[in-house]
Amino acid sequence: MTKDLVGIKEMSKEDIEHVLLTATSFKDVLKRDIKKVPALRGKTVVNLFFEPSTRTKTSFELAEKRLSTDVLNFSVPMSSVVKGETLYDTVKTIEAYGVDFIVIRHASSGVPHFIARNVSTSVINAGDGINEHPTQALLDAFSIMEKRGTLDGLKIAIVGDILHSRVAKSNIYLLSKFNTSIRLIGPPTLIPEVGDYGVEVFFDMDKGLKDIDVVMMLRIQTERQSRGFFPSSREYSKYWGMDMKRLNLTGNNTIVMHPGPMNRGIEIASDVADSSRSVVLDQVTNGIAVRMAVMYLLAGNGKK
Amino acid sequence: MRLKGVVCVLYYEIYAGLLLDTGGGFFMSVMMKELVNKKDIERILSRIAHEIIEKNKGTEGLCLVGIQRGGAHLAGRLALKIRDIEHEEIVVGSLDISLYRDDLGIRKHHPVVRKTSIPCDISEKKIILVDDVLYTGRSIRAAMDALMDYGRPAQIQLAVLIDRGHRELPIRPDFVGKNIPTSRSENIEVQLEEDGFEDKILIQSAE
Repeated sequence: MTKDLVGIKEMSKEDIEHVLLTATSFKDVLKRDIKKVPALRGKTVVNLFFEPSTRTKTSFELAEKRLSTDVLNFSVPMSSVVKGETLYDTVKTIEAYGVDFIVIRHASSGVPHFIARNVSTSVINAGDGINEHPTQALLDAFSIMEKRGTLDGLKIAIVGDILHSRVAKSNIYLLSKFNTSIRLIGPPTLIPEVGDYGVEVFFDMDKGLKDIDVVMMLRIQTERQSRGFFPSSREYSKYWGMDMKRLNLTGNNTIVMHPGPMNRGIEIASDVADSSRSVVLDQVTNGIAVRMAVMYLLAGNGKK
Repeated sequence: MRLKGVVCVLYYEIYAGLLLDTGGGFFMSVMMKELVNKKDIERILSRIAHEIIEKNKGTEGLCLVGIQRGGAHLAGRLALKIRDIEHEEIVVGSLDISLYRDDLGIRKHHPVVRKTSIPCDISEKKIILVDDVLYTGRSIRAAMDALMDYGRPAQIQLAVLIDRGHRELPIRPDFVGKNIPTSRSENIEVQLEEDGFEDKILIQSAE
């Protein structure tokens, strides 16, 4: 692996497989009574979140603590950023503290790439604008493999606001490196032009779900809906929401995923979210194991 | 090859014919010698199995834990031998020590974390830690730390196939297959059937 994890796009298939394999060992660690290993003892991580986040930040922080790193949370509203410091100066200052990892979330696409170019510290992208959320795609792939044993040959649908979703993009980059067929389902206003990733686009959800193995529901990002991409939540729910009736159109073993936080009753109905076909809570657990694997492998790559 | 009645299967030379470019433009030949063959390994393991039973007065409370990968294979074989001798099933597990090592980021290779499976509660058990080659002792230190995170064993004993010296920590084995004095520039390679080889132990020295 390289120094940083800025995106799935930049990762090779071999590196992805290596992360997923390593994550299985970390999942075993999480099942023990003592859930902590000394693998990264003495390393320091700064969590630099320029966007509100509870679950990703919590997941990273738990992963960091279970690897025995020292964790610093850089909270933006209190920091020099509000005093007018540039991003460049902020990260150069953090580098000068002598930290080993910067975990960064930012509302602008490309910020992790910019930081990675400018510091010798390892940079991990925890979500940048509408570009990528690589650890989410890795944990999704891990969760699918846990249920299905493989990614190869699977038909996977990604449903909802593809346009604004970094989760969807990272998943498309990842799944297209494997032998999968990818379908994008959603309102025409929320499906962007997708390049050479071999995806099929469906505006009719019932048609798109036929014979599907895995359904990845996306969160309707109400904070990004000011421009009126669809008339109302109710209408969205009727056409692109996942409920039991729709789930029954798919195969019996179809699993339903959601990166959280869920808008129950809009993109996913409660009966689906709480059913045995939902792997939402497995995704949460697996997120910690996958993030541990990523940090462990980045540290082990011997950047000196 | 017999020499004054002494079985001399050792030093059966294999010139691997490897020519390695050391990077400085110089060529270095690497020589591999077979030190221990399949039969010897078989005999060594039988002896260690007996010694384990003797020292522990039976198999009560015993659990074999092999360090990935070579040690895990050897632990499996020792367990079968002990079962054949004592007619008692013996618990055997494997331990990956990658997450407990002290050289992450120093080693040249990407770390590969293998399976750890400890199939019993190790608290109050007598653990026989099994490894193929004992060298600096750092792997054993890591393995003991890893074990302690699974419980509080009554005892940890150490069985190794080869002790090649050069300890950097105060660690000593309880059961030794063979002492092989080496220099630090040499490399001991244990090849086992489980990994698709014929059982043998080779010493690799740069000349």
